[in-house]
Amino acid sequence: MKKSVFLGTLAATTMLAGFAAAGTLEDVKARGELICGANVALTGFGAPDAEGNYVGFDVDLCKAVAAAVLGDASKVKYVPTTGETRFTALASGEVDVLIRNSTWTYSRDTDLKFDFVAVNYYDGQGFMVKKDLGVSSAKELDGATVCIQTGTTTELNLADFFKANNISYTPVTVGDDSEAQRQYEAGACDAFTTDASGLASNRTAMADPANHIILPEIISKEPLGPVVRHGDNNWGDIVRWTYYALVAAEEKGITKANIDQIAASTTDPEVKRILGLEGDMGAMMGLDAEWAKRAIAASGNYGEIFEANIGAATPIGLARGLNAQWTQGGLQYAPPFR
Amino acid sequence: MALAADTPKDSFRLSMLIYDTRFRAITIQVIVLILVLLGIGWLVNNTIENLAAKDKDINFSFLFSRAGYDIDQQLIPYTNDSTHGRALVIGLLNTLVVAFFACIFATLIGVFAGVLRLSKNWLVGRLMTVYVEVFRNVPLLLWILLAFVIFSETMPEPKDFKTTQAMVDAGTTPAAQMILFDSVAITNRGTNIPAPLLERPLGGTEAFGVPINFSVLATLLVIAGSIWVNYLVRRRAKAVQEDTGIRPVTWWKSLLILIAPTLALLIAMGFHLEVPAFPMGENGVSKGFNFVGGINVAHSFTALLIALSLYHGTYIAEAVRSGILAISRGQTEAAYALGLRPGRTMSLIILPQALRVIIPPLISQFLNITKNTTLGVAISYLDLKGTLGGITLNQTGRELECMLLMMLIYLILSLLISSGMNVYNTAVKLKER
Repeated sequence: MKKSVFLGTLAATTMLAGFAAAGTLEDVKARGELICGANVALTGFGAPDAEGNYVGFDVDLCKAVAAAVLGDASKVKYVPTTGETRFTALASGEVDVLIRNSTWTYSRDTDLKFDFVAVNYYDGQGFMVKKDLGVSSAKELDGATVCIQTGTTTELNLADFFKANNISYTPVTVGDDSEAQRQYEAGACDAFTTDASGLASNRTAMADPANHIILPEIISKEPLGPVVRHGDNNWGDIVRWTYYALVAAEEKGITKANIDQIAASTTDPEVKRILGLEGDMGAMMGLDAEWAKRAIAASGNYGEIFEANIGAATPIGLARGLNAQWTQGGLQYAPPFR
Repeated sequence: MALAADTPKDSFRLSMLIYDTRFRAITIQVIVLILVLLGIGWLVNNTIENLAAKDKDINFSFLFSRAGYDIDQQLIPYTNDSTHGRALVIGLLNTLVVAFFACIFATLIGVFAGVLRLSKNWLVGRLMTVYVEVFRNVPLLLWILLAFVIFSETMPEPKDFKTTQAMVDAGTTPAAQMILFDSVAITNRGTNIPAPLLERPLGGTEAFGVPINFSVLATLLVIAGSIWVNYLVRRRAKAVQEDTGIRPVTWWKSLLILIAPTLALLIAMGFHLEVPAFPMGENGVSKGFNFVGGINVAHSFTALLIALSLYHGTYIAEAVRSGILAISRGQTEAAYALGLRPGRTMSLIILPQALRVIIPPLISQFLNITKNTTLGVAISYLDLKGTLGGITLNQTGRELECMLLMMLIYLILSLLISSGMNVYNTAVKLKER
């Protein structure tokens, strides 16, 4: 009896502790560490390297936020989350921000009580098949077995796509990317579907990348972006504008290498505002003047981060496409720093 | 002169609640009860407050909205247009079907292994000891994963069963062949077995969204009727034997009664088997990705069933062994003295008495099997945990509701199983007068 009271109290205390009060910024500052919900292992976006350090496109955004808030890009703790656990981890306060290829949807934004603060990668769902399957279009997949990650939007898009084309399939639901990849490689499914960027990333991790093709159909819109809890608007602003600082930096030509030089010589008022040389932009969010400068210096601007992790020169080899700057015909567009 | 001391008045003082042993026990219980209730109240309140702070509520209406996802194994019709509530039912049925078969197989394996472990044959006894000790002492999850990996990694892919143009030209056959007279194909995805089909089915109807097939119903009724008539025949034979000492020959009657009506019904309905096969294109070249027709039993189901049966079979074997050992040696000796052979001694004398000892641990094994089906999540078996507690929970974001509902369902399931088994236990237990 008494034991159960004790355990109950313990459980309740844990729940209470898990619920972070509005004020994530204060929590992060007090902790001296940003807890970032990351992917378990998606090469290029968020995966541990050979030394066990997390690297990737999404991870660099975590570093930028840590640099902006704490002044040190290395003060980040990465919590690996699967498609199934990510939103619970964020809602319970286990992580401060979730930067993990998560699709912005209406119900996640409203019903799940999250805020998607920006879109750091415009993606769409695709299919990957083995070359020797002899399939050149997703519409030829009638009767196929398809591996699909559970708890994702892709799961629902897949059902819609096959229904719309009046063809059938057998789903094999798996927990995360690596399990999907294992099953797909073992031939437990004919096709593997997820975001096209995820397919490209998974392909590089396979034994024989050349034997797999990504089918031309993109069957959905998958705007992927950083997510924060609903209700803490200041923290949402910090993550949002840190991201836009990286985008604006690319537009203005500020890079990791030339940032000090530009800070010393620039005459552009917006660049001055971004770098904290003029005005009090940082104070409006509860940060110091040089927050954006540190964020950009951490891993470079948006373009640099893209090219270093998933760009054409990497094994993943993604083109900028929709993710080019608006000036280059893409969708990446930072609102004015004013 | 003062009288002897007054008889103490039977008054009640507050301190008696602590110092009087008559009240102390009650006092402690009341205090603890209040603390427990306060604790529960605080937990509930805390949950509600925290949910409110996150702008969330407790709402089960998601059960009536469109699920939008597909499930590979479905015992009753389901599409992605069905509701989350129906997905819950599909998951529950998947849980029940694997638990049902696992209970049967585990019991068969357990009784077999438990009896053989006591065998006088040294080799057989040791073999069963090895089986019990090996399977019991490795975590169930590992057995499930092992069984699944063996199937998915060693069996041929479906495409290995296909005939390509090159094979037709060269006159060769595919790399993999079907087994059992070309009726069963084991691929790395599942086992394709023939499906029973009827040419002249009796039709069917639907009640509460569950289809009812009259053909199946009629067949079951005929089988039940046959068993009942057979029982009557045997009872009469027994009566004759009691009267005259001669047992009439009944085996051909039993055989006829048990088989003929069912067979006649099936022939009348045009029963035949649909063998799974790849769709044929021109010149005998196979098309498609998977076997079409027949029933595809996914390896997630088979692996879970095998692992659960073998693992829990060991516990049942131990229960059976202890039940047999609990029966006094004198019973066996008495049976031998009456001239019964060892096999009949076991089935007529020992096992019926041992059942009294075996049933209670057996109940707990059945409960464990039912609950352990949730481990199927490791191999993507979409049971209740996979649908309600997995995909539905994720897609709707209703963690608390899904978890509470799932716990409630498992609780009810366990209580039903244990009360059902308790009825059986009452039936076999020693009737004392």
